Amino acid sequence: MKIAVCIKQVPSTNEVRLDPVTNTIVRDGRQSVINPFDTYALEQAVQIKEQLGGQVLVVSMGIPATERLLRDACSRGADRGALLSDRAFAGADTLATSYALSLWCRREQPDLILCGKMAVDGDTAQIGPELAEHLGIPHITDVCAVLSVDEKEITVRKVTADGFAVVRTPLPALLTVVKDINLPRMATIPGVRAGQAAVIELLTADDLQADRSRTGLTGSPTQVVRTFTPQRTAQAVELTGEPAEIAHQILDIVREVL
Amino acid sequence: MSAYIQNDLTKCVGCGLCQGSCASGAIALRDGKAVIDPDRCVLCRVCLDTCPVGALTLESDAQAERTADSRGIWVFAEMDNDGQPLPVGLELTAKAFALARKRESCPVTVLLFGPSATRQAQRFIHAGADRVIVSDAPVFREGLELPFADAVCACIRQDRPEAVLFGATPFGRSLAPRVAARLGCGLTADCTVLDIDPETGLLLQTRPAFGGNLMATITCPARRPQMATVRPGIFQTPESPLRETGEIEQLREIPAPGPVELLEKTLVEAGESIRDARVIVSAGRGIGAQKNMALVKKLAELLGASYGVSRPLVDMGWADYSHQIGQTGCSVAPDLLLCFGISGAIQHLAGIGGAKTIIAVNTDPDAPIFGAATYKIVGDAAAVLKALIEHLQQQ
Repeated sequence: MKIAVCIKQVPSTNEVRLDPVTNTIVRDGRQSVINPFDTYALEQAVQIKEQLGGQVLVVSMGIPATERLLRDACSRGADRGALLSDRAFAGADTLATSYALSLWCRREQPDLILCGKMAVDGDTAQIGPELAEHLGIPHITDVCAVLSVDEKEITVRKVTADGFAVVRTPLPALLTVVKDINLPRMATIPGVRAGQAAVIELLTADDLQADRSRTGLTGSPTQVVRTFTPQRTAQAVELTGEPAEIAHQILDIVREVL
Repeated sequence: MSAYIQNDLTKCVGCGLCQGSCASGAIALRDGKAVIDPDRCVLCRVCLDTCPVGALTLESDAQAERTADSRGIWVFAEMDNDGQPLPVGLELTAKAFALARKRESCPVTVLLFGPSATRQAQRFIHAGADRVIVSDAPVFREGLELPFADAVCACIRQDRPEAVLFGATPFGRSLAPRVAARLGCGLTADCTVLDIDPETGLLLQTRPAFGGNLMATITCPARRPQMATVRPGIFQTPESPLRETGEIEQLREIPAPGPVELLEKTLVEAGESIRDARVIVSAGRGIGAQKNMALVKKLAELLGASYGVSRPLVDMGWADYSHQIGQTGCSVAPDLLLCFGISGAIQHLAGIGGAKTIIAVNTDPDAPIFGAATYKIVGDAAAVLKALIEHLQQQ
């Protein structure tokens, strides 16, 4: 079984904090990390490998420094990694990112692709389904348990809006996983050594024979035209007094509104 | 063929604002000028808007494509297990109606596939649809993405709408990217504000970015349709019909079932749903102690309201996730929202945008929640809770 795991480099806090005075991003000096949801995908891939044999590959599209995170993944059970890094990939939205990842997947032909449910910085949750579509394979989102898996098919439980569903799909297929699916392992010392020694393939747009009209900013249909801090609009009317007086005023408002 | 951020050194005054705005740490000041490290820059373009002198520009050789003569705004409406349309489909239909009125000859079409779709179609006409394309075919019963993707793509290819909206539900957020990738279109996730340029039909899609600390407006200038998933509970469902008559059309080609099989479905009782509540009493860390949750529930009971909480209380185990309000919980749109001890982190505010009247109690006079509130009380949440309960019990 050949399993691929897509990982993304994200800021180490799950939110980028803005300084309210200067309106600039507060950096705490910590380094970026693997998107937390992707660590569950990695752990699930390693567990399936331990059950069925085979190999786990990790892939990321990003800046050269992302190599460190791919090594980290290899220290926690992945066998090798690939980093798609090229200025031609920069500025990609989800369509262009999933296209680049699909080129790598076509080379490697994994039986199963695992992604985190979403990235904590972008929150789009679009890469998984878009990648599956580029590859013409089925996908299942929000997987919370793998019930059975063999070389031909996989049966999973997924979280739905109103409960759970048990779904089966033939392989190859792509799954996105939620955080309840497992408890990711820590790297062991031999693991860290393996991570340092692991092969991380660096691939450019040319290596992947990418159609450059479909990568990076050029290949991205969406554009950010404006960013702004959310407005605090309404001038609130202040109610004052002892708690009992305030309660009285609140109940007057409640009666008026309802 | 690549793109990069260019700094015009003749304009750059070395103020460093761009450096502060860069989440990737790609900008440094050298000799009083901003220098951008191409190995770190991810082209997020936040810096472009922060430069006060307009020195930063995006250099790109991307060519604008000619847009096809696309017309009309579409809504994909999802149905639940009982064959009822989800409220978000009706909300989006009404929003599409409002957007379409800003444009000339811009009809609203709703796609409604599922058991009893035909029977439900009229509700969408009342919500503003000119036309509803329906199918009751059994293939749509199980809510699996691939047949839906086939049907939606076939309809889009045939009629070429200029925009397609999906509810940002788990299913909508799984289906929409599949459709977008197949059509090679742009897709904006989880929008909270939508507007349209009356001339060009350009959809202005606004969503929280960077964990909600920034809002980003996203457009899709060249390709059609423009696609977005839109958060439920943001727009209102019209109370009286916006339209009386419209076309109801059967889906022409029923797609084949895909390779994915549904083996079993378990419904989990959601309990009282805060999503649809008219009155909500909500609590945050500022209520102090876990025992004060009893006061929150008591007040909710006395007011005939539901109760909600901010995320920290769910993380601490004081309340169940189904009561969590905010970006990672549920969006609510009550007529009245009473907030006790909620500071108003932007992720929380993202979930209460639809509330009509907000009364907020917090000890911190600068708490962001007051920026969203209609009435503010600077004081102890527990004390006000107790006083309210006492008043109501006396009555």
